[in-house]
Amino acid sequence: MASAAGGQPTAGPGQALRSKLASILGVLTSLLLTFIGLTAITFVIGRMMPADPVLAIVGDRASQEVYDQVYLQLGLDKPVYIQYLRYLEQLLEGDLGTSIMTAQPVMDDIIRFFPATLELATVATLLGIFVGIPMGVLAAVHQGRWPDHIVRVISLIGYSAPIFWLGMVALLIFYANLGWVAGPGRLDVFYDGIVEPTTGILMIDAAMSGEWDIFHNALSHLVLPATILGTFALAYIARMTRSFMLDQLNQEYILTARVKGMPERKVIWGHAFRNVLVQLITIIGLTYASLLEGSVLTETVFSWPGIGQYITNSLFNNDMNAVLGGTIVVGACFVGINMLSDLLYRLVDPRIRK
Amino acid sequence: MTTEATLRGWLLAEIPTSKWQARCQRIFIGWLDFKRNPIAMIGFLIILGLVVIAALAPWITTSDGLELHLADRLKPPSSEHWFGTDELGRDIFDRIIWGSRITLYIVALVSIIVVPIGLLIGTVAGYMGGWVDTVLMRLTDIFLAFPRLILAMALVAVLGRGLENAVLAIALTTWSPFARIARAEALTIRNSEFILAAQMQGISTVGILARHVTPLCMSSVTVRLTLDMAGIILTAAGLGFLGLGAQPPTPEWGAMISLGRQYLIDQWWVPTIPGIAILVVSLGFNLLGDGLRDVFDPKSGN
Repeated sequence: MASAAGGQPTAGPGQALRSKLASILGVLTSLLLTFIGLTAITFVIGRMMPADPVLAIVGDRASQEVYDQVYLQLGLDKPVYIQYLRYLEQLLEGDLGTSIMTAQPVMDDIIRFFPATLELATVATLLGIFVGIPMGVLAAVHQGRWPDHIVRVISLIGYSAPIFWLGMVALLIFYANLGWVAGPGRLDVFYDGIVEPTTGILMIDAAMSGEWDIFHNALSHLVLPATILGTFALAYIARMTRSFMLDQLNQEYILTARVKGMPERKVIWGHAFRNVLVQLITIIGLTYASLLEGSVLTETVFSWPGIGQYITNSLFNNDMNAVLGGTIVVGACFVGINMLSDLLYRLVDPRIRK
Repeated sequence: MTTEATLRGWLLAEIPTSKWQARCQRIFIGWLDFKRNPIAMIGFLIILGLVVIAALAPWITTSDGLELHLADRLKPPSSEHWFGTDELGRDIFDRIIWGSRITLYIVALVSIIVVPIGLLIGTVAGYMGGWVDTVLMRLTDIFLAFPRLILAMALVAVLGRGLENAVLAIALTTWSPFARIARAEALTIRNSEFILAAQMQGISTVGILARHVTPLCMSSVTVRLTLDMAGIILTAAGLGFLGLGAQPPTPEWGAMISLGRQYLIDQWWVPTIPGIAILVVSLGFNLLGDGLRDVFDPKSGN
């Protein structure tokens, strides 16, 4: 990552710009290659299926003529690479096939299920950022003393605990025993279908239509799964923030600032943390991407009707179009967010600015 | 006492007299470093405990963890059933003990798939350089960017549900960091003199890669494998929990949680206890990995 970022201080502005453009071009190339790789894998998985794709469409009572016609329509007589290009073309048009389970285009299903996952992962990531970063800074500033140890233990547990188990224990304690939060699902049943799903993100929809009861109910349902999903984000972000901060705090400019009598708060937040923030962009992007895909397990525990649950249910119903469509969409988001944060990092990195 | 002293002397001698002694010395000195790190020792003891429990399973347990005792179903933890019984009256303690073998099986299976692939691709890319390097590393980067859980799910969908297929799917998305590490190591030793000497002796490229480059990659690969193992165990357990990994009645911990889920509110021990087992083992690997990294690579430690 950092190798391309090492612009020499003596280089002129033209050269800096050129090296920056080159590094951006590099990111875009690998983005393209990764997408090709991802689609190649889902294409191969689709072809490896034991089920006959023609029979899946025409049913086993169709005549040979109908069968042959559909066979040709699907382009199964063409060489594999032509079939793959055709598959790519369909993907670019947003055509992911039809789901057997819901009898609707997979794309429509995904558009319906995705906002729930987005809502969960976004809140979880925000939690990781706003709790994890201060924790990491605190640990680095008090390195080797008790705040550092506490943060270390918390992040170790966040790393090591199976998230689905953590979710169940949290449901047992905070929902079943204490009754502090609402149970599984996104809303209580009697609130279902009242607000118009404009954005698909329930709290925003409820707030827009002024249904504050629903807003509170949705929030009460969201708190627990978002916190559980956020544990991993928190652990990761806190650990990386700590190690980045330690790197900065050991450098000479920090010593200089301290010798000059700058207040410690300003040294930490104004100097060291500003440099850490740039490095954290990639970490936050990585976390967000992994939470989008990692929400599968959390969604299952909390019966959260998101894309993860959609894929899991489709899997058990042998609905391959839906499984592969979901994989492509989540995979594309995963790859896209990672590359975007990498790109952003290259844009704001002061070593290649100017 | 005296034999211990001579053994110690042999292990710490200034100049080793044989290859074997040198090797033992390296391990011993590493161990002395390692012993000073209490957190790493806890991790080591957890993993050692897991291995011992798995090996002694027939003597620790009173049942094979599979036979049904419907009269005893959903019994809370007691002196007779330490961790209680599940919905089919099976002793949860016994199932956890037998499940440790499955966990070790996952660890072993992933390692023997992932390490050779990673080493092969990484050392070839680093040693050969040029277009071979470019192509192999592009491939590695593509796999590095894949979402692991979702892809594993899609693969299990075609390969069929089951522990081996789940592990295979995990391995497919796990080898890439090892290729990166092996390449980095190969790049640094490619131009060293002992490689040049080997080349001039007429040793084939395959021989150099296998006998001279690969052994030097092993320590960093081992550290990375230990650190990644917690994530691998969690993913395997997650697939088991979704019903895509090990199938009932196998006492795989993730699958046990999945089956016990419906008893969460009234019989909390059924789903929660296997989760504690997963937590302890993955904690053990994380702690051990941190410790090993400090021993092998003191620079990156803090």
